[in-house]
Amino acid sequence: MAEKHTVTSFDDDLNALSQKIAEMGGLAEQNVADAVAALSGRDIERAQRVINSDERIDRLQQEIEESSVLVIARRQPMARDLREIMAAIHIANDLERVGDLAKNTAKRVIAIEANFGSHRLVVGVEHMAELCLTQLKEVLDAFASRDVAAARTVWERDNEIDAMYTSLFRELLTYMMEDPRNITFCTHLLFCAKNIERIGDHATNIAETLIYLITGQTVTEARPKQDTSSLTSVPYRQA
Amino acid sequence: MNDVAQSSVTLPARSAAVSAAAKAGAGALKMQIKDLRFYYGDSLALKGVSLPLAERKVTAFIGPSGCGKSTLLRVLNRMYDLYPRQRAEGEVLLDGENILRPGVDLNMLRAKVGMVFQKPTPFPMTIYDNIAFGIQLYERVSRAELNDRVEAALTRAALWGEVKDKLNASGLSLSGGQQQRLCIARTVAVKPDVLLLDEPCSALDPISTSKIEELIDELKAEYTIVIVTHNMQQAARVSDSTAFMYLGDLIEFDDTDKIFTAPTDRRTQDYITGRFG
Repeated sequence: MAEKHTVTSFDDDLNALSQKIAEMGGLAEQNVADAVAALSGRDIERAQRVINSDERIDRLQQEIEESSVLVIARRQPMARDLREIMAAIHIANDLERVGDLAKNTAKRVIAIEANFGSHRLVVGVEHMAELCLTQLKEVLDAFASRDVAAARTVWERDNEIDAMYTSLFRELLTYMMEDPRNITFCTHLLFCAKNIERIGDHATNIAETLIYLITGQTVTEARPKQDTSSLTSVPYRQA
Repeated sequence: MNDVAQSSVTLPARSAAVSAAAKAGAGALKMQIKDLRFYYGDSLALKGVSLPLAERKVTAFIGPSGCGKSTLLRVLNRMYDLYPRQRAEGEVLLDGENILRPGVDLNMLRAKVGMVFQKPTPFPMTIYDNIAFGIQLYERVSRAELNDRVEAALTRAALWGEVKDKLNASGLSLSGGQQQRLCIARTVAVKPDVLLLDEPCSALDPISTSKIEELIDELKAEYTIVIVTHNMQQAARVSDSTAFMYLGDLIEFDDTDKIFTAPTDRRTQDYITGRFG
């Protein structure tokens, strides 16, 4: 495709949108990383920073939406350009949710401060978060370079995070059953794990949006799903 | 970087038209253009165009200046016959019959395939006579029936309400938008099957344009419509299928929704997104 519009300010509009998405993505990534680091390091200050900086992510989402509406009104974009605008709106929504999930995780760090339990369980969450951060980073890179193959890779890897979540779920249930004093800690940790699993889902959403943007075809196949936690139970065995 | 909608092959023009014909085959075809070559003197302006025109649907021709879209339109009712040194080769079927063959009654053809031009061209007569003139050329009708036919045509063109009290006023006394609707009324008065619209709104203000677009939406219930337009958004709004032409070739033909959201050919995408030239 010829790179430039005849009216160059149209290109400027689209580039500005892409840049805002990149900025939002970077902030969201940083907040997820910080929230998890705060969790494993019991770092309240870091957690508080995450909570405070979420507002910037929310504001970026609003700006992206307003800019998109203006581009639609001014330019009546067609085909690829139209898909770019739709993608910007969808991805901004996903990134805003990612920011919220990171913030909620950070809040829980503060909540469990007094009830901190086994570090081994936190390591489980860290592993999930590592994979999830990789997904986020790769999908945002794929967006920047409009790389459909990279988007597909991210899309297919979603089930790995789900599988980790299911097994973490089991472990936490077992832990809680062994000793009721663990319940507060484990429950918070469960929510943190769920948040991270949701962040992974949003990365997959972004991948789907990117595939539609580049190819013009919506992804209709069912995602490979391995989150069976909703069907999971662990039998209670009297000690 | 693969940034054209998913298709690993750019279809050559002919097979694009064939697959398009297959798509259109689901509904009836009113007209079919088969390997049409058109010459202005020795210059080849249409290089073997094949295209289906579905019945009671709106087909738009779009493309940059000089691509051949108006030339193509004017073959459909053999307007080129009025000019020496212009000739067409190939076939254009109307209800299965080739209208390019010698011996075709051109007046009947042009009644059946009516045309509206970019600049409104009312006759220098009363509004009533503008409509009546064409009817009386082809048919013997009583005064009463003629009155009915004139009213029906003006109603069909969404103009009756505005002119019913001044049918004896000159056609030229109407506004641009009204004149254009008068021309449409005149065209439908002789009971055509096909309406050819050559940039019908280019000379009109936005409100008149909207009224004509609304009219096209209503008319397609009864007529097969072909519209040439420079306005991409208009093509996207009014048409069911769109043909993109370039330098005398048909580049892509498909459902309008597909052309404007995910076209197959890079050149189509460049044109409709304003990256051309």
